[in-house]
Amino acid sequence: MYVAVKGGEAAILATHDLVAEARRGDPAVPEILVAQIREQQALACARVMNEGSLYDQDLAALALKQSQGDVIEAAFLMRAYRTTLPRFGSSEPLDTAAMAIRRRVSATYKDLPGGQVLGPTYDYTHRLFDFALMDEGSEAAPRKAPAPLDATMPRVPDILGAEGLMEAEEPPEGDPRPFDLTRDPVSFPADRDVRLQSMARGDEGFLLGLGYSVQRGFGGTHPFVGEVRVGEVAVEFVPEELGFAVDLGDITLTECQMVNQFQGSKEVPPQFTRGYGLVFGHSERKAMSMSLVDRALKARDFGEATNYPAQQDEFVLYHADNVEAAGFVEHLKLPHYVDFQGELELIRRIRKEREERLAQEQNAMPEAAE
Amino acid sequence: MTIHQMPADNTKPAYNYAYLDEQTKRMIRRALLKAVAVPGYQVPFGSREMPLARGWGTGGIQITAAIIGPADTLKVIDQGADDTTNAVSIRRFFERTADARTCEATDDATIIQTRHRIPEAPLKPGQVIVYQVPTPEPLRRLEPREAETRKMHAWAEYGLMQVKLYEDIARYGEITKTYDYPVMVNGRYVMAPSPIPKFDNPKMHMSPALQLFGAGREKRIYALPPYTSVRSLDFEDHPFRIQSWTQPCGLCGAGDSYLDEVVIDDQGGRMFVCSDSHYCETRRAEGHRGTMLGDAAASGLVEETTP
Repeated sequence: MYVAVKGGEAAILATHDLVAEARRGDPAVPEILVAQIREQQALACARVMNEGSLYDQDLAALALKQSQGDVIEAAFLMRAYRTTLPRFGSSEPLDTAAMAIRRRVSATYKDLPGGQVLGPTYDYTHRLFDFALMDEGSEAAPRKAPAPLDATMPRVPDILGAEGLMEAEEPPEGDPRPFDLTRDPVSFPADRDVRLQSMARGDEGFLLGLGYSVQRGFGGTHPFVGEVRVGEVAVEFVPEELGFAVDLGDITLTECQMVNQFQGSKEVPPQFTRGYGLVFGHSERKAMSMSLVDRALKARDFGEATNYPAQQDEFVLYHADNVEAAGFVEHLKLPHYVDFQGELELIRRIRKEREERLAQEQNAMPEAAE
Repeated sequence: MTIHQMPADNTKPAYNYAYLDEQTKRMIRRALLKAVAVPGYQVPFGSREMPLARGWGTGGIQITAAIIGPADTLKVIDQGADDTTNAVSIRRFFERTADARTCEATDDATIIQTRHRIPEAPLKPGQVIVYQVPTPEPLRRLEPREAETRKMHAWAEYGLMQVKLYEDIARYGEITKTYDYPVMVNGRYVMAPSPIPKFDNPKMHMSPALQLFGAGREKRIYALPPYTSVRSLDFEDHPFRIQSWTQPCGLCGAGDSYLDEVVIDDQGGRMFVCSDSHYCETRRAEGHRGTMLGDAAASGLVEETTP
């Protein structure tokens, strides 16, 4: 009858055992290996790396294994680990023009230097089950192209930029080190480095919804995909003691640049404006959503109205973080007896006082009628 | 840079004392000093991502981690009780990462981390109470934009809050805020006391203890130095009043404590017991008996202590 339970500690420890059991599932089925997740669930790993803000495929795979495939829980594991890592410096800016291309498509030009490279994509698959995948050992080796890809593939916005048609993007004065929102509190209005950083680690679903809202009229962008490219880019770092750049290795990135219309002003001739998205791994949907919202968030810079959610930095940045959002939504599971008791006491008292008042009024009524 | 992960000779990488690296602790202490210097003002800080979920006490945990030392004794409560699940989890966190000495006795604690309550036993000089805060901005429900609410605080522009409280009175006959009831600190800043019941608000006023507030997700720290004036907002003709119950605690008979309601059957049966579990136990140990203590002890749900 009385639930003021001692023994919370034992119960908590038991939940850990239970979750381990649930994670393992039927012991008759072989345990999944981290390497299998890394190699065969790479898109899930990419999402975990993005939302966990840490490029480490093995840890992403481990996080997915540990969290039973719960992507937000996996991102949480990544972040809680990332926050303890020493920071020894910032890399040199990445050069995505020098990307080793796996996939590169443009919606603005039929053909362009380097060509359209379709690469691995679900875009043209029919979403029919491949029941052969139910069984092991079904693999097809792709055919090799007769000729290698072009060594250089200029980025579409750079092609437009050469003609002066694209909004130029210059680093802010003095090219300061970008803000780090995991180390310093964000203030508003937020600068572009903060916005991009926040979106890169933001929830894919949330950004997808916001990007979609912009397309449907809740924010007026009319974008073309200038280019989406996926591939490997070298990360370089200049150790102070050496004074020259050292190659730390390659990371897989997806970059999307959207071309948006913009009316010029008296001072500025009309130019296209840019929406930018850059994310870890092969994550086109995320990169595209990000570039839609990036352009929407530039509304203030261009003197446009900011009537819609996707155009409001405080709305987007605070709510895109799914680890924070999940924590706060799920904290509602925690006990709130004390607060609820306060509400109960109040509502009962208000109702009682109301009943008393009504009763008094009713008693007073017959006299008034006489 | 964190140095705690540099592995020493043949030791495994380990976390720093109290989890956070020393640079982070210094950053938090600086924010705390500013908060103490400007009572009730919300200081932005570089809230770290913690191994516990946002909304589950990460602000309070970061403050406790920044101030705890080997000489401290830590008490953790949630809803007034030491044995609620999240209090247990946070206490375990500090036992594990800071080798912390923990206790349940309010009197013995040097640091009390709390969610939603202030202990019934009066706090003493030298004690620190750390509140877990979900929404540090008292004006947030009236104005969702941070850029605006910061200006409202800067100008001490609190008319909106007074209007909200007035509208409650106009609609329901009284102010309907029962927890997280806004307070005026030191005659200057309107502050969210965190979701403690308004029953606890008077305990903040002129408290001899240092009161620290941490909001991890919202990345804000604020504070009340000892002996600070904390006034619950009200009107001359509608003075502030706290909750009261028609019956005392069923276990210890206390008539002056905040009570939790426990549903005991499906016939409308209710039992009211102290939300502050340590206060209740202390009273029972002193020989106070509530009307339902016998039943509860007979079914093994509380230990009946003989005085």
